[in-house]
Amino acid sequence: MTVTTESVRSALEQDSPERNKIESHLNPVGSFDVADHPVPTGREEIWRFSPLKRLKGLHAEAPFNPSTTSCTWNTPEGVRIEGVSGEEARSLRGMSGLVPNTRFAARVLAEVPDSLLVDVPADLEVAEPIVVSLDGEDASNTEAGHVAMRFGAHSKAIVVINHEGSSAMAAVVEIAVGDGADVTVVSIQDWADDAVHLAHHQARVGRDATYKHAAISFGGDVVRMDANVTYDGPGGSAELLGLYFADAGQHIEHRLFADHNAPQTKSNVLYKGALQGEGAHTVWIGNVLIRKVAEGIETYEENRNLVLTDGCRADSVPNLEIETGEIAGAGHASATARFDDEQLFYLQARGISEKEAQRLVVHGFFNDLIRQVGVPSIEERLLGTVEAELAKNVLKDTMFGTVD
Amino acid sequence: MSKLEINDLHVTVDTEDGPKEILKGVTLSIKDGETHAIMGPNGSGKSTLAYSIAGHPKYTITGGTVTLDGQDVLSLSVDERARAGLFLAMQYPVEVPGVSVSNFLRTAKTAIDGEAPKLRTWVKDVNAALEQLNLDPSFGTRNVNEGFSGGEKKRHEIAQLELLDPTVAILDETDSGLDIDALKTVSEGVNRFRAREGKGVLLITHYTRILRYIEPDYVHVFVDGKVAESGGKELADQLEAEGYDRYLKANA
Repeated sequence: MTVTTESVRSALEQDSPERNKIESHLNPVGSFDVADHPVPTGREEIWRFSPLKRLKGLHAEAPFNPSTTSCTWNTPEGVRIEGVSGEEARSLRGMSGLVPNTRFAARVLAEVPDSLLVDVPADLEVAEPIVVSLDGEDASNTEAGHVAMRFGAHSKAIVVINHEGSSAMAAVVEIAVGDGADVTVVSIQDWADDAVHLAHHQARVGRDATYKHAAISFGGDVVRMDANVTYDGPGGSAELLGLYFADAGQHIEHRLFADHNAPQTKSNVLYKGALQGEGAHTVWIGNVLIRKVAEGIETYEENRNLVLTDGCRADSVPNLEIETGEIAGAGHASATARFDDEQLFYLQARGISEKEAQRLVVHGFFNDLIRQVGVPSIEERLLGTVEAELAKNVLKDTMFGTVD
Repeated sequence: MSKLEINDLHVTVDTEDGPKEILKGVTLSIKDGETHAIMGPNGSGKSTLAYSIAGHPKYTITGGTVTLDGQDVLSLSVDERARAGLFLAMQYPVEVPGVSVSNFLRTAKTAIDGEAPKLRTWVKDVNAALEQLNLDPSFGTRNVNEGFSGGEKKRHEIAQLELLDPTVAILDETDSGLDIDALKTVSEGVNRFRAREGKGVLLITHYTRILRYIEPDYVHVFVDGKVAESGGKELADQLEAEGYDRYLKANA
């Protein structure tokens, strides 16, 4: 088990002239021009963990074919959701402040003719979650999509994007959170075993706005999601949550980037994952940049992995780049561990069987995070999904009732 | 008629220098209705005895037997031992993040009884047990041992003792770190358990203080991995006055 926590002070002690550069070395300079992004070779820092051969060319030159994935949604009163094309679609490219730093994101912005627009006007509080359901039919069809979510000032809404079925999909989701708005975006990757999903979620958080992003990945052959945040003024707060469960042969990769480009902003990152089965591989990269201007900010990021069987690999890399010491707090923690023998002993000493004890520990591991996602309709589903994942290994050959 | 029999128990623990013998032939017999106190200096192997009986994987049994009502305890898994009627109140109860006390208690009770407890009486029983140990009813919603004070952890152990209702309870330094009020509360819980029909208690402690509240039938002085002397409760008074020096010198 490795646990690292780092205070700002110790990070500052390693101050070097390089830190006077504005741009983060972990996050290459972006460009809208596809030609500026060579096809990745796998040696690049931002690609070195990804299994390029399994991406069906989405990172490179795969054609973006007409979609075979159905896309449906509900439309709560006052919200506009529709596919837009032409000039309107083009005007939405980069609406979150995104300047692509990967070839696939640049290609999505340049080549995909239409966008799905989710438009929540200012001051509207949407009680019911907006659910966008994507259901893929063909894992051999390489396709791409662009989603633009615009939340007006002081609006309040929850958007759930649900991915199921088979597809090879490159996606860019742009999110503009207006001043004082309160927005939750949940992306559930519940793909079939053969799906490939390469996604970039970019959010710009307005002044005094609250943004929560939850990435939940269970399914698919390869899922890689970059979830980035920048701020559009002081006082913005971002909570980046993630829950993943990788089975044999699965590659699930989450990369976060909280770019503190405004003072008095907050970011709080918590990703938790479990791994089981030969070749299960998870990657978590948590990048935080505190720019010179970002005085008084507060950031904390944490990644925890629970390794349930032999043959799994969990990579976990927190990176904190600090250009000002005038901040309220910064820290990170990362831990990857197997079951804690003392926990299991304690539970078993109360008569609870080993498997049931493991089940309790795994549910416990995820419970607080599931509650933090804070969307009741998703909570129950996630508990059920954790249970279903447990059934594949930990609880094999045993029967238990439902958990509450 | 229940009876915990420990006969010539030898236990080692793995160290960097190879296995080290901690228990060097422990023999004890606890009949139902009896409370035995095991007292001894730090490092004498008291806790090893408790954890070995409960089946902690860290310890290797190299000789001897432990039986509960004639059943071989050492061949059972940790959970089977608990279901057979053994309970270990731990000195350092372990945090289980994300698992609520009420979920934990119900899961344990279901495992011990082989069936889920009747909901209505169970909730009442849990609330009563918590209240008697001065634990707030909201305690049930907290995660097991997470953020508990030292006293709360020990009171939670005794609440489990009362709810799970084993035949033999081993209390490993349940008194350590408790202030006098908490000590009284915990002792009352143990005494309620003792008052039930056919219960045995093995009370492991470093101090005589708890024996003012839980009166033992027998006192054993534990030194260097075995019982050095056994007697009635007057032995505790003698230890209070003289300390362990006499045994340590004899041993040196």
